[in-house]
Amino acid sequence: MKKFVTGILGSAALALSASAASAATLDDVKAKGFLQCGVNTSLAGFSAPNDKGEWTGLDVDFCRAVAAAIFGDGEKVKFTALSAKDRFTALQSGEIDILSRNTTWTINRDTALGLNFAGVTYYDGQGFMINAKKLPGVNSALQLSGASVCVQAGTTTELNLADYFSANNMEYNPVVFEKFEETNAAYDAGRCDAYTTDQSGLYAVRLQMSSPDDHVVLPEIISKEPLGPSVRQGDDQWFDIVKWTYFALLNAEEAGITQANVDEMKNSTSPDIRRLLGSESETKIGTDLGLSNDWVVNIIKATGNYGEIFERNVGTGSPLKIARGVNALWTKGGLQYGMPIR
Amino acid sequence: MQEHSMSFVRTEMTPATAAPRSQAGIGAWLRKNLFSTPLNSALTLVALLILAWAVPRMLNWLFFDAIWVGADRTACLTTEQGGELPAGWSGACWPFVTSRFGQFMFGRYPLDERWRVMLTGAIFVALLVPLMIPRIPWKRLNAALFFGAFPFIAYFLLVGGVFGLRYVETSLWGGLLVTLVISYVGIVVSLPLGILLALGRRSHMPIVKLLSVVFIETVRGVPLVTVLFMASFMLPLFVPPGMTFDKLLRALIGVALFASAYMAEVVRGGLQAIPRGQYEGADSLGLGYWQKMGLIIMPQALKLVIPGIVNTFIGMFKDTTLVLIISMFDLLGVVKQNISGDPTWATPQTAKTGYIFAAAIFWIFCFGMSRYSIWMERRLDTGHRR
Repeated sequence: MKKFVTGILGSAALALSASAASAATLDDVKAKGFLQCGVNTSLAGFSAPNDKGEWTGLDVDFCRAVAAAIFGDGEKVKFTALSAKDRFTALQSGEIDILSRNTTWTINRDTALGLNFAGVTYYDGQGFMINAKKLPGVNSALQLSGASVCVQAGTTTELNLADYFSANNMEYNPVVFEKFEETNAAYDAGRCDAYTTDQSGLYAVRLQMSSPDDHVVLPEIISKEPLGPSVRQGDDQWFDIVKWTYFALLNAEEAGITQANVDEMKNSTSPDIRRLLGSESETKIGTDLGLSNDWVVNIIKATGNYGEIFERNVGTGSPLKIARGVNALWTKGGLQYGMPIR
Repeated sequence: MQEHSMSFVRTEMTPATAAPRSQAGIGAWLRKNLFSTPLNSALTLVALLILAWAVPRMLNWLFFDAIWVGADRTACLTTEQGGELPAGWSGACWPFVTSRFGQFMFGRYPLDERWRVMLTGAIFVALLVPLMIPRIPWKRLNAALFFGAFPFIAYFLLVGGVFGLRYVETSLWGGLLVTLVISYVGIVVSLPLGILLALGRRSHMPIVKLLSVVFIETVRGVPLVTVLFMASFMLPLFVPPGMTFDKLLRALIGVALFASAYMAEVVRGGLQAIPRGQYEGADSLGLGYWQKMGLIIMPQALKLVIPGIVNTFIGMFKDTTLVLIISMFDLLGVVKQNISGDPTWATPQTAKTGYIFAAAIFWIFCFGMSRYSIWMERRLDTGHRR
């Protein structure tokens, strides 16, 4: 039944995207004067309002970067908070221009749902957290045989959990809850040995535990959850802009260009950096995208490079303190690889 | 008539004596209400024990052990959690609420435009309070302003875009503002519409009757959640791309139609309780249909169903929380959003504090409505009690 509904939605979405695509999104956005960006209603580190009610987070900052690339101003963006259910409809119906809502890149979404994923802004995956005081000596998920595991109902998390334990011939006892808060409370009260959800979520959950330091996130990742921004199919120019904004953020980090030093870097002698920042006189990189040639300068001034965005929202600069791990640059053993801008 | 030398009847009244000790005073009250039978005594003791156990804990958690000032989560953390409070501490984390108070009230309504919301609120109170106090004259003018002019004033003030006011899109609205806007529109639309539907359902005109019955039964037969879902997820796929309906408007229409259908049935209950003689009496006076309904039937019927009407209002007030599923943030939605999404305030106490705050606000409004309706019932009671 679920497949059937998804199919119908998908085909309806495709039929619509065909007509929506004929309009150039970039021109629409420029005419409107702002970028409309779909984000999560609230997910720690990715999109949430701060004390002043402004949106903050990694997904939010990516939208600000795209807005900066287009308008030279990272504030020219409006956010639409979307639930997991209405996110694709919102993109297909043209309500939003870009979906930056911790959405996993899958083939089904890329094809049947008519999306184009521009990159992976955060490599996530389902993991486990345990109370190290209760289970001393456990440092791998493979030692969890016979454990009771707290999990939220009706999510793919539950399926991944079952798959992982049966694939490794281990017994487990799922303790299923309807709501996030219930799951947290039960785990904190010691009703289960382990807690499973996406790893980025585990770090947020840990902050709400009565003794956070006792809890350890295990290294195993049992599912691939590459999260990234997506756009409608059929508008290649718009797709390129979003995609290369992402690569520009990565390249800037690799070249050591930060929010603080971007103006000095414009006078750098390195041809790579000069090309990236549009300082070469004959450069056409920005205009070829439909933007101005100082688009990367604008992005970095608005949000900083990828590393700065990461550290500010989920890394050491935030209470979440998530390590870069696989999200480090390829030069540092991670998976983030910015395609060359030349 | 004979005269007796001895009188058998006292000539003066005996002075009144105090009631026996067993019938008056605190002791008697206690015995009568709390310890009348062994079972009741036992229940009283159990209840007292539960109160003695729970109330100090609650007060401690809410007030005495609570943290009142702080800049971020570290203010509400114990030493083992990385803060400075003694291990094992538990208490409300009120600085979370104070730092987010603006959001809980206004959502993400722009900071420098919030005076507009407060002005709207002030006008609302200034019009509502005199309307609710019977002694104050000019009721007609007051009602006309409250139900007729106020919606327009509120619309222009809150939405803006005219008279030099900045346009504030409804996706920025949130918190108590959204809760009250939806409730106000629901109440103001549902009562008259519900009365009309109830009259329609009892009408002798077949088409009017059929339409009323179909509307009431259809709307009552579908959960509000479903309607909000359809309006939010399916509607955008069927309208031309780029064309969007305001989400708040969708929610307003959904909630108002819903409340109307329920209200219609409540009012119909009142209509059915009016004896036939009242209708016939009105007819014999030569009153037309609207005069009959407006002067004779409705005043009696509505008075009878005040509890039902207020019940519907309270239910609707709480149903506004469902708009969270179409990503509108009412009071509860904003509280939830701030709890789950914000690492700067993530502590074990944050969620409890936030939910208790939301519950308290909802309780104040619902309790207020309930007390006012009880008072109104007593005032309008003209001897129909059975």
